[in-house]
Amino acid sequence: MSQAEEITDSGVIESVSGPVVTATDLDAQMNDVVYVGDEGLMGEVIEIEGEVTTIQVYEETSGISPGGPVDNTGEPLTVDLGPGMLDSIYDGVQRPLDVLQGEMGAFLDRGVDAPGIDLEKEWSFEPVVEEGDHVEAGDVLGTVDETVSIEHKVLVPPRSDGGEVTEVNAGEYTVDEPVAVLDSGEEIAMRQEWPVRRARPSKDKHTPRTPLVTGQRIQDGLFPLAKGGTAAIPGPFGSGKTVTQQQLAKWSDADIVVYIGCGERGNEMTEVIEDFPELEDPQTGNPLMARTCLIANTSNMPVAARESCIYTGITIAEYYRDMGYDVALMADSTSRWAEAMREISSRLEEMPGEEGYPAYLAARLAQFYERAGLYTTLNDDEGSVSVVGAVSPPGGDFSEPVTQNTLRIVKTFWALDADLAERRHFPAINWNESYSLYKDQLDDWWRENVSEDFPEVRQWAVDVLDEETELQEIVQLVGKDALPDDQQLTLEVARYLREAWLQQNALHDVDTNCEPAKTYKMLTAIKTFNDAAFDALEAGVPVDEIQNVDAAPRLNRMGVQEDWDEYIEELKDDLTAQLRDLY
Amino acid sequence: MKEYKTISEVSGPLVYVDIDEPVAYDEMVEIETPDGEVKRGQVLESSDEFVAIQVFEGTEGIGQDASVRFLGETLKMPVTEDLLGRVLDGSGQPIDGGPDIVPEERRDIVGEAINPHAREYPEEFIQTGVSAIDGMNTLVRGQKLPIFSASGLPHSDLALQIARQASVPEEEASEEGGSEFAVVFGAMGITAEEANEFMEDFERTGALERSVVFMNLADDPAVERTVTPRMALTTAEYLAFEKDYHVLVILTDMTNYCEALREIGAAREEVPGRRGYPGYMYTDLAQLYERAGRIEGREGSVTQIPILTMPGDDDTHPIPDLTGYITEGQIMMDRDLNSQGVTPPVNVLPSLSRLMDDGIGEGLTREDHGDVSDQLYAAYAEGEDLRDLVNIVGREALSDRDNLYLDFADRFEAEFVDQGFDTNRSVEETLDLGWELLSLFPKEELNRVDEELIEQYYVEDEAEAEEAAAAD
Ligand SMILES: Nc1ncnc2c1ncn2[C@@H]1O[C@H](COP(=O)(O)OP(=O)(O)O)[C@@H](O)[C@H]1O
Ligand SMILES: [Mg+2]
Repeated sequence: MSQAEEITDSGVIESVSGPVVTATDLDAQMNDVVYVGDEGLMGEVIEIEGEVTTIQVYEETSGISPGGPVDNTGEPLTVDLGPGMLDSIYDGVQRPLDVLQGEMGAFLDRGVDAPGIDLEKEWSFEPVVEEGDHVEAGDVLGTVDETVSIEHKVLVPPRSDGGEVTEVNAGEYTVDEPVAVLDSGEEIAMRQEWPVRRARPSKDKHTPRTPLVTGQRIQDGLFPLAKGGTAAIPGPFGSGKTVTQQQLAKWSDADIVVYIGCGERGNEMTEVIEDFPELEDPQTGNPLMARTCLIANTSNMPVAARESCIYTGITIAEYYRDMGYDVALMADSTSRWAEAMREISSRLEEMPGEEGYPAYLAARLAQFYERAGLYTTLNDDEGSVSVVGAVSPPGGDFSEPVTQNTLRIVKTFWALDADLAERRHFPAINWNESYSLYKDQLDDWWRENVSEDFPEVRQWAVDVLDEETELQEIVQLVGKDALPDDQQLTLEVARYLREAWLQQNALHDVDTNCEPAKTYKMLTAIKTFNDAAFDALEAGVPVDEIQNVDAAPRLNRMGVQEDWDEYIEELKDDLTAQLRDLY
Repeated sequence: MKEYKTISEVSGPLVYVDIDEPVAYDEMVEIETPDGEVKRGQVLESSDEFVAIQVFEGTEGIGQDASVRFLGETLKMPVTEDLLGRVLDGSGQPIDGGPDIVPEERRDIVGEAINPHAREYPEEFIQTGVSAIDGMNTLVRGQKLPIFSASGLPHSDLALQIARQASVPEEEASEEGGSEFAVVFGAMGITAEEANEFMEDFERTGALERSVVFMNLADDPAVERTVTPRMALTTAEYLAFEKDYHVLVILTDMTNYCEALREIGAAREEVPGRRGYPGYMYTDLAQLYERAGRIEGREGSVTQIPILTMPGDDDTHPIPDLTGYITEGQIMMDRDLNSQGVTPPVNVLPSLSRLMDDGIGEGLTREDHGDVSDQLYAAYAEGEDLRDLVNIVGREALSDRDNLYLDFADRFEAEFVDQGFDTNRSVEETLDLGWELLSLFPKEELNRVDEELIEQYYVEDEAEAEEAAAAD
């Protein structure tokens, strides 16, 4: 969070009820940041009605009493943008949690402010412009090495009028020291501020045509997400929302990952903090933390900051997009964000909409996901923000408002299924319910980069799985043995598709990440089995004998092979030969 | 201290008082009735003209003639190591006839949130001696793992079995023995009979000496139940993070706690959330459950086993639903298993321990643990599915493979899950038993298990015996 410079006006607390405080005698505008009570708790103006200003407070209000002061900064909630955000963990209003720990110990106390980026640290700045060059808003002035993985581009702020560079020098700078001066007199430092509730400007938004490769077979193979696309993962508790999001944060081929823990478990954030520095970024081989920014407002932290953490996260994501990077943002869980809105709204006694959510729920969700996209940046580079939101429907029922309103916006739907999770079929993404509207526009990428026939092979797999679903209904009534041989064989092929291909163990060192070529090749192995098996069946071989060929169970071991290419080649040969030997 | 006689309204558990000096949100209040009874309460809403107070001990006897004193501080409780061995009521007053509590410190019962950056990820295996837990839903130190139960099921027996048998094998083997173990027990609205069951077991096993008991019984005031778990957790945090104890907190019954929340919400005429429970119940429950964990640089830990009974046996009811969204898994009790006489009647399929993965494996439990667990899950799920089909088509219509799965499911329940409340199995015994059952299947069926582990652990004669039996 950026530091308030001055106080523009002061008022008096009139009432306190949970995270909502009202004040009188306060000259304020909507969304101004204020400090409440003698402790100076941070809050934001959310309603102004006559004399009375209503404030949502980002810290616990226990012990705050009417009559206390309210100081207005006259500024909206903004984040600090600049080098130092990667490899960091923030709370919902961008206070670094390691700094807070240093100041108040293991438990979160109140009334402590901390800048979002280190103000003392010096960065080594390399200019890419020269004195005399003309620059405009969004142009790159130079770079600093933010982490081993990421070169941070220092941009002319979006609201600058631009001009001729009159001074720019390589050297060591803190984030507040100007690295360049323009002829207008404007001094540009690395640190910028941006109000979180406003999207950062860019030029055009384009149709995405490149997949965000996730390293997860069912997602890349059947329900792909595009770079710049949006996806939702709804599912009841324990179905795999968090693991799926963490898998994406680990293995997707984004340049930058912004991971928001919104109203979820403390230990899940701790796990990321402990694991990510140890894990290798598959793109660069550097520690994963070097491309990651974490935002943690856990379920027991103040509810108002849960409302803001989503905006803090997306603003940081847009900032790296403006540097031309592909950013992936995970929000776990957007339902907690919606509930925070509901809680604040009900304290305001606003007219409730469906299930008590405020009437503006759908609009807020849409505004958030709209900030995703593939954009031409102000400096004519290309950058993207992909957004993946977990949804936690009460009782696992997808007909509730947050799931429904989200599905109206996002284009990829990964439906998690409690039944699959119970039988430890992971990822528990239901292949009948899920969809991706990006599938067709990404086909060219697959043809060019993986294999010319990928879309056809994928369609074959989809057809087999569909047929299985239909056949299972019959099996439930009469048993499998009552089916004709060819249908029994189809079920066997479908079983391999499910167990050997769709299932992927996030906890296995090798299986956890599967590159597109492997995803494709594994599929072709099952297809080889399918084709050879049906040939054998046609030649009169009984279905039992086909199912029992020695090589078939080896299909289930493809995922865990490091030398998969060789393994699968050999397996295909063996399958073909063994099935041919049957007749 | 200013005293008011300006009560304007009494409504359910709430009292409204007109004031002329500011009163802090959450501040403690004493209300004295004309016949001298003093009740405690807390400010729920504060404005410059009036405050709303929730009264812990019930509002009977409070009228406009009662006097109200604001105590100038939020709800605090005395903490000291001497609480060990003591029995207190639901708001922290001793009820065991023992000496007054001499506090080492007074702590706010609404604990502050642990900074996620200061947490240490829990990964120390706790052996409970219960196969369904150790083998497939492993508990670790600092976890919050509730028991989802229903009325009439033996959840108390399971909780007691865990409290009795819980041990950390590694530590027992080492010289130092690690930190000491303590139990904090918080009862909310349970019957005297249930409470006695716990107390007798604590006394019988000598556990009482290292326990702190908070008792709010069914006939105690309902609003007090909102305080009881906070007292229990404040005590637990103190013992764990100041005095280095490994604390196991048992909270029962969380359903009664949630009912009390609903009652207060209704009295305040709040817009209700799902099924009448307050919209902020998720946040409220999280503020309890998230007080489990480990902290960097501190020896002790807080492990929570909350118990809740699912109204109507419905796991989508808001109480189990919101709980499951916060806790690190759940142990699900099952009515069918219970009526079959399986003890403990744990249905492993909907059960889960989210922290299991980091607590098991080579050097922690055993290298095959994860794979064995996965395979047991998959096989039992398949067997369960087939049971429905058998009812329709009969066993004969099923393939040999399917029949194996059915046999497995039966034996899994009878041998693995049904161990009784007095059997204490080591994790090796649990895993060996798992292998015995998995070895019913031919090796190729065990596709969740690493091939090397199959070579090492597969029980050959089990399959042969099975084949021989099939041949007869
Ligand atoms: N892809 C996966 N591979 C292996 N295990 C998984 C996978 N996804 C989920 N799990 C298991 O399921 C549990 C619950 O997943 P989680 O993501 O925490 O669920 P949710 O966030 O939906 O409540 C995890 O603790 C893990 O054991
Ligand atoms: Mg989750």
